[in-house]
Amino acid sequence: MKTIALAAVMVAAGLGWSAAQDRGLENPRSTTFHTSMKDKKVVFVPLSMGFDLTEGWAAQMRKQADRLGYKFEIRDPAWSTDAGTKAIQSLITEKPDLMVIHNPDIQSYARLLKQAQAAGIKIVQINLESNTTTDSYVGADWTEIGQKAAEAIVDKCDKGKGVSTKIAIDTGVPTAASDVFQLDGIYKVLSQHPDIQVVSQQATEYNPEKARSIMATVLQQHPDLCGGIGIWDNQDTGTASAIKEAGKSDQVFLVTSGGGNQVGCDNVTKGLFNLYISYNVPLQGDLLNQEIARLLMSDSPAGETKTMYFNPLTLITKANVNQRNCWTLDELK
Amino acid sequence: MSVASSDQPNPSKTGFVRGIIATQEGIVFTLAVIAFVLFSVLLPGFLSAGNLLVLVRSVSILGILALGMALVVIARGIDVSMIAIMVVSVSWAFVITAAGYPFVLALLIGAGFAILSGVIIGALIAFGDVPPIFATLAAGSVIYGTGRTFFFALEMQNVPVNTDWFALIGQGNVLGIPVTVIAFLLLCALFQFILSRTRFGWMIYAMGDNPNAARTTGVPMRPMIVAQYAISAFIAFVAGLILASSANAINARLFNSTMIYDILLVVVLGGIGLNGGHGSIRNVILGTVFVGILLNGMTIMNIDYTIQNLVKGVVLLLAIVADSIVNPRDEQTSQAGDL
Repeated sequence: MKTIALAAVMVAAGLGWSAAQDRGLENPRSTTFHTSMKDKKVVFVPLSMGFDLTEGWAAQMRKQADRLGYKFEIRDPAWSTDAGTKAIQSLITEKPDLMVIHNPDIQSYARLLKQAQAAGIKIVQINLESNTTTDSYVGADWTEIGQKAAEAIVDKCDKGKGVSTKIAIDTGVPTAASDVFQLDGIYKVLSQHPDIQVVSQQATEYNPEKARSIMATVLQQHPDLCGGIGIWDNQDTGTASAIKEAGKSDQVFLVTSGGGNQVGCDNVTKGLFNLYISYNVPLQGDLLNQEIARLLMSDSPAGETKTMYFNPLTLITKANVNQRNCWTLDELK
Repeated sequence: MSVASSDQPNPSKTGFVRGIIATQEGIVFTLAVIAFVLFSVLLPGFLSAGNLLVLVRSVSILGILALGMALVVIARGIDVSMIAIMVVSVSWAFVITAAGYPFVLALLIGAGFAILSGVIIGALIAFGDVPPIFATLAAGSVIYGTGRTFFFALEMQNVPVNTDWFALIGQGNVLGIPVTVIAFLLLCALFQFILSRTRFGWMIYAMGDNPNAARTTGVPMRPMIVAQYAISAFIAFVAGLILASSANAINARLFNSTMIYDILLVVVLGGIGLNGGHGSIRNVILGTVFVGILLNGMTIMNIDYTIQNLVKGVVLLLAIVADSIVNPRDEQTSQAGDL
């Protein structure tokens, strides 16, 4: 009898247990995850809104903020380093929980970022580094981009490979992290290949028309130019159109880099860019969101641990231009 | 006459030399010739026909914008809103096309927007008595802000697809001469005709020379001012189309660049005084060509960006200093005002 009763109890308990399992198990970590970030505040200080990279990151950051219930704001300095400095200064007194900073150059915000961390604000730098390391950096390794670009050029233009060994480099603004680190990467590779001659190295201020007129002049001087490295796809539409206009699309191998926007990809399809090194804005946005969530949940004070992650690069050529590699802003929103 | 010539040996020659160095135009012309000769000797390939075409071509958009600016400056105004009007009207036209409307209709809307902006700015100056520098400075920010807020989210707008004819404006050639250069020359001829052969042109000089006298002699000042800003706005739109066509895209970020100062550099360097009333299209061409020679030469020499800006600045300073030495400021200029 006892045995029967015991068996019945066990069955009942078993049923109860399985019934509980049918309705799932509460994950205490899920609740914590979704509530721990409520009422926190994240502020993004970009170089400027209104271009593919910043709009793309902002769209993704806004989506995560909506999902996890924290506040997200943008202070747009509209390309003015001065306005950016003022924005960060006033944020230091406002004390948001975290700032996402897009540095105009390696020096301008360096001291302010230290001050902000000392004031207890966590900082993630996105895609353009400053001299100060902060809680986190997410973005491209510009040295790696430079190396990849130079390797591609060497592959096409080293001695005996192309029409000549002459190449041209179009930079953007000489003090930006993208310029200084990328040039270092380029020259690290070129120093191994002494036959390659850099016949022109000019700054375009990211202006496609200026890039066009520089490349037109260079092609007049060096009709046997073999390759070109441009620092940003938005400016290099101009470089590419000068090459096309001179009828040298088959001769001059043009490498550029950018965020992988569909517009840049279209230029690969059209044959204007031969190699497009993409730092993949949607991927960067995901990594950025992950870092924001991690830092908002962490109890450790600002600046205590410093991490960084250089995201992988996608090398886009005519052979692999596809939906997975290229994005439009509407898709991210 | 023969007696006079014997008293002054070779007067025509000294007169010519003095004429050259007595004006800013002459000084800049001399500098341009010196730079041209030096580059031709020192830089292999500078003198080639191909390079000279590239040289003119690379500055012809600047030259076209300078034509609009020159017209306004001769009438004693200034238009620093040109870049804002240029980037917003053209970007908007591209956005409208991307939304599915016919390209030509979109271009007409862009042109309409540019002209309307010019008319409003002109009205502010003519009827509101706002000084031109402040009216256009503020209007430039308003126009750019309006564009960025309501017309387009992205600064960079590519030329719409399937508009191959449009590429011809900026990339085509007629008998080996780029269409951009031809457009610049045609517009120069048109502006020269307007300024020197039409009543409108004469009134512009009259307004710039002495606004009060022009008003009392019956020049319709207000409609004239509105017309000038409408013309410079339309020229900005045309230059924007050529720029977009040649680079395959337009970047609204140009609003934040030094381009408006480059336009003023061309106008002032060429010899059109900011106090109005004098100067001609010849000055614009001279200024454009000189800036072109400098930029082209420095690009060939692979001179660093910072040093290029330094050279541009030093040349402008030299031209202004030389001008003040040979043309000291007098009572008339101090009364008329000098920017």
